[in-house]
Amino acid sequence: MHAITLNNLTLGYERHPAVHHLSGVFEPGSMTAVIGPNGSGKSTLLKGITGILRPLGGSIDRGGLKTSQIAYLPQMLEIDRSFPITVLDIVILGLWRDIGIFGGMKRDLWQRVEQALTTVGLEGFEARAISNLSGGQFQRVMFARMLLRDSPVVVLDEPFTSIDAQTTLDLFAVIQRWHIENRTIIAVLHDFDQVRAYFPQTLLLARDLVGWGATDQVLTEANLLLSRRMSEAWDESAAVCEENAA
Amino acid sequence: MNHFVDFFLSPFSEFIFMRHALVACLALALGCAPVGMLLVLRRMSLMGDALSHAVLPGAALGFLVSGLSLYAMTIGGIIIGLAVALLAGAVARVTALREDASFAALYLISLAAGVLIISMRGTSVDLIHVLFGTILAVDDPALILVASIATITIFTMALIYRPLIVECFDPGFLRSVGGHGATMHFIFLALVVLNLVAGFTALGTLMAVGMLMLPAAAANFWAKQFWSASLAAAIIAMISSYSGLLLSFYMNFPSGPSIILIAGICYVFSVVFGKHGSLYSRHKAGGHLAG
Repeated sequence: MHAITLNNLTLGYERHPAVHHLSGVFEPGSMTAVIGPNGSGKSTLLKGITGILRPLGGSIDRGGLKTSQIAYLPQMLEIDRSFPITVLDIVILGLWRDIGIFGGMKRDLWQRVEQALTTVGLEGFEARAISNLSGGQFQRVMFARMLLRDSPVVVLDEPFTSIDAQTTLDLFAVIQRWHIENRTIIAVLHDFDQVRAYFPQTLLLARDLVGWGATDQVLTEANLLLSRRMSEAWDESAAVCEENAA
Repeated sequence: MNHFVDFFLSPFSEFIFMRHALVACLALALGCAPVGMLLVLRRMSLMGDALSHAVLPGAALGFLVSGLSLYAMTIGGIIIGLAVALLAGAVARVTALREDASFAALYLISLAAGVLIISMRGTSVDLIHVLFGTILAVDDPALILVASIATITIFTMALIYRPLIVECFDPGFLRSVGGHGATMHFIFLALVVLNLVAGFTALGTLMAVGMLMLPAAAANFWAKQFWSASLAAAIIAMISSYSGLLLSFYMNFPSGPSIILIAGICYVFSVVFGKHGSLYSRHKAGGHLAG
């Protein structure tokens, strides 16, 4: 199994840190909610973990896992929803590791696709064009595709923002299944009730680390207040970080 | 009846240059259709235009070195076209400038350079030939070149169809599974350049992009899947080629603009009467469905 270890990690844009000197470990099979105010570096952290963003300082040890083995659902999808493609064609892409660029579909693969569609409640939607789906249905498609990727690490960036209650409930069932299957789950969330209900671990960010541990110990009023005050604005004339130089 | 058949067939049965031109245009239509479709779907329509100007200085350099020689101009066009595509991509990746802006900058430079190079040695007639093509230029080597490029295009498209389509609608996913998105993007740009070069002997550098864009834009109104729309684009391009050549033969018009103008008429017709999303289909739609 693969632990994801952050060593004094600093991530950011144009030398300004968005995540500052963060150290810690996502244990294999752990289920962690990443929370914090807007601009506290949550999405940036996920981009670092998935290898999209290179660290400005420190390092990330993915325990031998390749970044292509991490299933990642970004907050801002780059997907062109008007593209003429069907639900089935998108979901099948989750099998990329099995079929690659040239490979064909075999019978057992078709079965896995059918199962994934059933799991997210989309049976009968195979031939639907993605342009005709609602926001919730589309998120189900994304989850079906992630199911097929069969990744040991699943990274979700605000998967339930602007998604209705029923869809959220159904998709949380999928996340819990991943948890039972001992996959590592890292999810950015804004709803503290959801965090308390589902996530054993919480990481509270405000550019710097506020708290990382068992949810009931991290998600306290004092910590939340602290994180709101710490999450400062971008400082145009910020000096080079002392710790960095050392 | 005989007159009728005569009118439509005799130009091709009597004149070998018309046969050559027709076969070249039909081959061109096959290769350009899927490439043009992808350009439309990726919202890169104007980039095709930009690249077509980028081919010009290459062709002009070939012209400078060895006159109106097919090989020199083709090789020059391919090299400079690919260089501009690479450079524009690189500028967009390394700096904050967006790809469309860097393409526009480079194509303006190329166009100016191309026209200057031709005027250094050639006459304005030569310039017109390079810009708008000349149907008499389609000899056997040119025909083989166009057919080869069409073959390469279709084979390459079939081979990398999957990553190409994914790169087109969900580049983030392709990156996350390690699917060589940048490579696919460049192969695709190379195909665009190849097809523009194939088009310029018959249609000229300015008109070649018309064969890519107009049939594809029109086909969008007739089919919804990528493969069926590509097929529709190929058919529209073939009809335009045939009718355009007839038009240029009887009216003594230059061939490139004639073919592109017919394709333009097909486009306008599709905008108005097409099956999906046209003016007519939107107007006709009427009341909403029950479920």
